[in-house]
Amino acid sequence: MMTDLENFRAETRAWLEENCPAEMREPIRSEKDAVWGGRDQSMLSPAQKAWMDRMGARGWTVPDWPKAYGGGGLSPAETKTLREEMAKIRARNPLNSFGISMLGPALLKYGTEEQKLDYLPKIARGEIRWCQGYSEPNAGSDLASLATSAEDKGDHYLVNGQKVWTSYADKADWIFCLVRTDKTTKQGGISFVLFDMASEGVSTKPILLISGNSPFCETFFDNVKVPKSQRVHDENKGWDVAKYLLGHEREMISGMGLGAAGGNPLVDGAIATIGLDHDGRLADPLLRASIALFEVRSRAFGMMSERFIDELKAGRAHPAQPSMMKYYGTELNKNRHELMMAAGGSDALEWESERSSGGAGPRAWLRTKANSIEGGTSEVQLNIIAKRILDLPSN
Amino acid sequence: MPLYLNDEQTMLRDTARDFVAEHAPVSHMRRLRDDKDAAGFSRDLWKSFAEMGFTGILIGEDAGGLGLGHVDAGIVLEEIGRNLSPSPFLTTAVAAVEALKGSAQANRWYPGILAGETVAALALDESAKHRDSVALKAERSGNGFRLSGKKQFVTHGHVADLIIVAARTAGSADDSNGITLFAVEKGAAGLTAEAERLADSSIAARLEFDNVELTADAVIGEVDAGRDPLGRLLAAGRTGASAELLGVGGGAMDMTVSYLKERKQFGVTIGSFQALQHRAAHLYSEMEVARAAVLKAQQLLDASDEKADPAVSVAKAMTALATTLSVQEGVQMHGGIGMTDEYDIGFYMKRARVLAEMFGDANFHADKLARAAGY
Repeated sequence: MMTDLENFRAETRAWLEENCPAEMREPIRSEKDAVWGGRDQSMLSPAQKAWMDRMGARGWTVPDWPKAYGGGGLSPAETKTLREEMAKIRARNPLNSFGISMLGPALLKYGTEEQKLDYLPKIARGEIRWCQGYSEPNAGSDLASLATSAEDKGDHYLVNGQKVWTSYADKADWIFCLVRTDKTTKQGGISFVLFDMASEGVSTKPILLISGNSPFCETFFDNVKVPKSQRVHDENKGWDVAKYLLGHEREMISGMGLGAAGGNPLVDGAIATIGLDHDGRLADPLLRASIALFEVRSRAFGMMSERFIDELKAGRAHPAQPSMMKYYGTELNKNRHELMMAAGGSDALEWESERSSGGAGPRAWLRTKANSIEGGTSEVQLNIIAKRILDLPSN
Repeated sequence: MPLYLNDEQTMLRDTARDFVAEHAPVSHMRRLRDDKDAAGFSRDLWKSFAEMGFTGILIGEDAGGLGLGHVDAGIVLEEIGRNLSPSPFLTTAVAAVEALKGSAQANRWYPGILAGETVAALALDESAKHRDSVALKAERSGNGFRLSGKKQFVTHGHVADLIIVAARTAGSADDSNGITLFAVEKGAAGLTAEAERLADSSIAARLEFDNVELTADAVIGEVDAGRDPLGRLLAAGRTGASAELLGVGGGAMDMTVSYLKERKQFGVTIGSFQALQHRAAHLYSEMEVARAAVLKAQQLLDASDEKADPAVSVAKAMTALATTLSVQEGVQMHGGIGMTDEYDIGFYMKRARVLAEMFGDANFHADKLARAAGY
């Protein structure tokens, strides 16, 4: 007799086998290769579209969300089983989305029933691509200093101001945005609103980065009309929503590029460039030692991630623990890319050649430098750990 | 299995925490050291460990033990580490019990271990660095064997009732096969122990085997097939040492964080300085990551999972790195007082160094991972 979970596993395996296109069983090579959903889906290959639609129809882009909101309604054990079966065939994530990883959890916690029914299914099916309007020129890590104002006009707000570092603002359909509704208090005067990037008065301008790519934008609001029904949680209580969402963002960033299933690109790359000596060891002993010690930390961090997820599910994680995960994970990721550059030697310096896939390696290396800045700098995370976990005194 | 302690394990932790802190706090170790105690640990305390049931944690219920696992043994070891308690628990109740498991020798030694009367030592290392090689010779002699060679870094080796010896019965030092594990009793003719006090005031011996005659039943498991029990012994010892390191690092960190909250300079508590906050927060992160690695290794060992081996290496290396940082930051942040013998923080630094070396240091285990990954 098979248990329910074993039945679920067998059915899931069969379904994935039938529905996951072969092209979707290859690793994602770059940000452009990932599926982000949204109104403009012209960049997607037929296989990407089919995979996202099939998974979305089952609610499996968000397997643990309730069915009523477009989710799969799966239990934690079933969700884990699904992930394991996907990993076995190296199935790609069908949809990468700030809606799924950041806004969704916040809406589930703070949204009204109407908001949940309206937005969550669209997020699950990849119909809206979201961007995040937090940072401003004078409010980066010190988010409470934000100045973008939302003036009360009865049934709507009139939003004016500027955001910066808005990832994919030029490609997103909607924005979840922090605005100031009360100037007399810092954290207490912020509200959390959602609005369409096609609204009148919204404009964006890409920022060219050291990696030569430009996922970030400056975003400007000039008398943008935002209905009050699009405010999440109470007026002036946006800080609660933002903090909750930041925890999820940190969790997401901390896991980037780590603990990937199958081979180890760092080791494979080093062997390919440098070769092994007659004892079967990497011919550069100092680089070998650096990689081996990195492996210790990286594997241990993978175990920490597992523990963190287990504790989150059981409601046992310290609320400030995402800060630790974000700090450690991003510093490790930078370390990994430094080692990859060292392993690659002069090959890893090519910026445009076909051989280097247009400099994918160095561009990724430079991109990781933002990991410890975005989503709250490493120093801000350390402040949070010191104060909220270690209970060290403030000045 | 989720990566946190279940309810029973949490209860065991609370019990162990109270018991060890009450009966073997750091002052207990200090007294043994000041008295120049020749054993290096208290036999009475070992008896009380037995009365608590701790010595039987890894012994099956059919043999009178508690039939628990490495997670549970690690809970006790972490408290031993936190209090720097000198104890034969790691070598005896963890490593030796695992090595003897399933062998005829188990019946001979388990009752004494359960009663807190038997102390075991592990004769493994043959040089100043732990290696995966065994050169000490065991030649056939009549129905038995004759051992000759040297071992070092044998904790409790000068007083142990039982010494587990890894010896070579075939092949050469670096061969994986041809190793046999022996149970050598106290006072065997031809065996001499030169006891040395180490930096942490624990005592380890250099052993010399000069044609030590053993009967055939001293063999643990099978002749030439000692890799199996030795592998179990090492996995248990390495994981156990990791748990103890976690206690040492955690204890030092707790002391340091408390000190940061008390000590005033320039009219404010030094814990309000961002330079120190960031270092403390970084230390906390390293210790948490190490803690996850230890629990993962323990759980995989308990599940007899094939992935246990690399996880054990990750745990041993990661705890060595994190705890080394913890004790270094501990002494530094305590300032001048951290350098005094009167204050306890320095003891943590000494204990951490000894445990980091035991069963292979961070470099040894990182190297092991690299080889397994093919580079």
